[in-house]
Amino acid sequence: MPEPLLEARGLVKTYGQVEALSGANFAVYPGEVVALVGDNGAGKSTLVKTLVGAVTPDGGQILLDGRPTSFGSPRDAQALGIETVYQDLALAADLDAAANLFLGREQLRGGLLGALGVLDKRAMRDRAVEAFAELGVQLGDIGAPVATLSGGQRQSVAIARSVAWASRVVFMDEPTAALGVVQRGRVLDLVRRVRDRGVSVVLISHNMPEVLSVADRVEVLRLGRRVARFEAAETSLEELVAAMTGAMDGAPPNEENEGDAA
Amino acid sequence: MNHAREALRRLRGQNTVWTFLVLAVLVLVFSILRPNAFATVFEFRSIATESAILVLLAVGQTFVIVTAGIDLSVGSVLIFSGVVAVRTMNALDSGPHAGWGVIAAGTGAGLAAGLGWGALNGFLIAKAKVPPLIVTLGTLGMALGFGQILTHGIDIGNVPSALADTVGSGSVLGIPWLIVVAVLVVAAAASGLALTRFGRYTRAIGSNAEAAGRVGIRADRHLIKVYALSGLLAGLAGVLNLAHFSSTTLTSGTQDNLNAIAAVVLGGTSLFGGTGSVIGTVIGVFIPAVLESGFAILQVQSFWQTVAVGAVLVAAVYSDQLRRRRRQQA
Ligand SMILES: Nc1ncnc2c1ncn2[C@@H]1O[C@H](COP(=O)(O)OP(=O)(O)O)[C@@H](O)[C@H]1O
Ligand SMILES: [Mg+2]
Repeated sequence: MPEPLLEARGLVKTYGQVEALSGANFAVYPGEVVALVGDNGAGKSTLVKTLVGAVTPDGGQILLDGRPTSFGSPRDAQALGIETVYQDLALAADLDAAANLFLGREQLRGGLLGALGVLDKRAMRDRAVEAFAELGVQLGDIGAPVATLSGGQRQSVAIARSVAWASRVVFMDEPTAALGVVQRGRVLDLVRRVRDRGVSVVLISHNMPEVLSVADRVEVLRLGRRVARFEAAETSLEELVAAMTGAMDGAPPNEENEGDAA
Repeated sequence: MNHAREALRRLRGQNTVWTFLVLAVLVLVFSILRPNAFATVFEFRSIATESAILVLLAVGQTFVIVTAGIDLSVGSVLIFSGVVAVRTMNALDSGPHAGWGVIAAGTGAGLAAGLGWGALNGFLIAKAKVPPLIVTLGTLGMALGFGQILTHGIDIGNVPSALADTVGSGSVLGIPWLIVVAVLVVAAAASGLALTRFGRYTRAIGSNAEAAGRVGIRADRHLIKVYALSGLLAGLAGVLNLAHFSSTTLTSGTQDNLNAIAAVVLGGTSLFGGTGSVIGTVIGVFIPAVLESGFAILQVQSFWQTVAVGAVLVAAVYSDQLRRRRRQQA
């Protein structure tokens, strides 16, 4: 296997009495979809937040291309091509899809108007239309506030935004959790399309069939620690559930011990 | 074709259009009832002049409310800034014929005073995390109190006549100065909110401050700027108020903040933040003004105007809530 693009080694994060991460390892390789699974409270969201700079870990290391890094803020991670689709959609509901796509990265007009901070709305809109078309996202009225879109469309906007700016990795925290079957399928298609563009995807999901259908690899988190990793093609639903619940604690082939960088 | 229909549908969904229709109907009704008195250039111009100062307050308030905040202090800041402006002018030259240099210095001091109160509001709200309602309620009291302390509670009427005769009550090319200033401010603010990055961040923060933060928008800094803008415009309104009335008008203006907020809300800006329009606010200023003028001409007691505006205000917020709820279900 090549070198991981992004790797977590022994991450620790405590919230008061709760140890959300207790020495968690995790790796993303270039051009793959890797699913991060685990029971509720296993620490998945916390792990993602530390890897995208939203939360500073209390201990452990984050490596980008094999070199130790630390992200002071999500902005730092974004500058290195790492984007996130948060579990609670981080969209401004009153703005339209194009405005959300460019939020915080607005394009300005040239010359004096640009110096006055005047937006180049047409350029942004055109690029947004392109970005949505490329990912097969259908919005109808692109000028409508995001609040008037369906849940699936909103999720698609959030994903499209991350993908449009991510050159390396996109983290998606339960992107299909709130969606119906059809919209869920669309989002999964989107995940595959992103991977086919050479951007790695880290997918958090509770839906195991979904994980097995879309992921190349699966890493399992339990009680703040990675307890197993699988090739999706070589594992089964039963095996995943066993790893998540701890039923296979004992002598599983894939388990790694604490401090073992595998 | 499809585009046109989309645009029309969106237009109809916008509160501003409805407010404009209300205003148009009011003007039409009063004009029909009393064509000689109401529908005259003179009457329209005097309504506009009376409203010019309130427009400035309401424009600043629009930005604040779009961030989902509120600024109760504008009326007091107006008075404080007027006091600072006239005290500065009098300190430099206490005669009635003080020159433009003195007037400029006083104006600068008045604007700085407004900006200062606004920046203080913004700092306390964005950094100290005190709710806007409380912060600006506090500065409402403080700004008025300091204004009274500086004048010992007695109005200063010693305003340079050069200021009072030109900006205060004069005209350029037949248009009163107050209207000229208000139009310029409205034009700048309307484009600022609708077309610039500043305006977009204002909406984004009002819509979802956390989302704005996650993409690197510094919501705290932006909020300070927005409240400072509101303070600055209140300062400018204070100088104009001083020029127009040749007095610091210490005891008036207690309703100014509510009138400004009412205008913003009537103009279709949502109290929940995220959406709003400066042009809507201007229309919102004119509804009470037209009502007042119309009632006066019809010889209806002018107190009915406050009753009518109060009722329309509640109705406007209620319909905004309905709209949001519908949207959520979509
Ligand atoms: N901001 C926080 N404050 C306090 N406790 C937290 C916070 N974030 C997460 N936790 C706790 O950390 C543990 C892991 O949470 P989380 O990472 O959200 O798990 P998952 O996403 O796998 O469900 C949980 O026990 C949760 O209650
Ligand atoms: Mg979670």
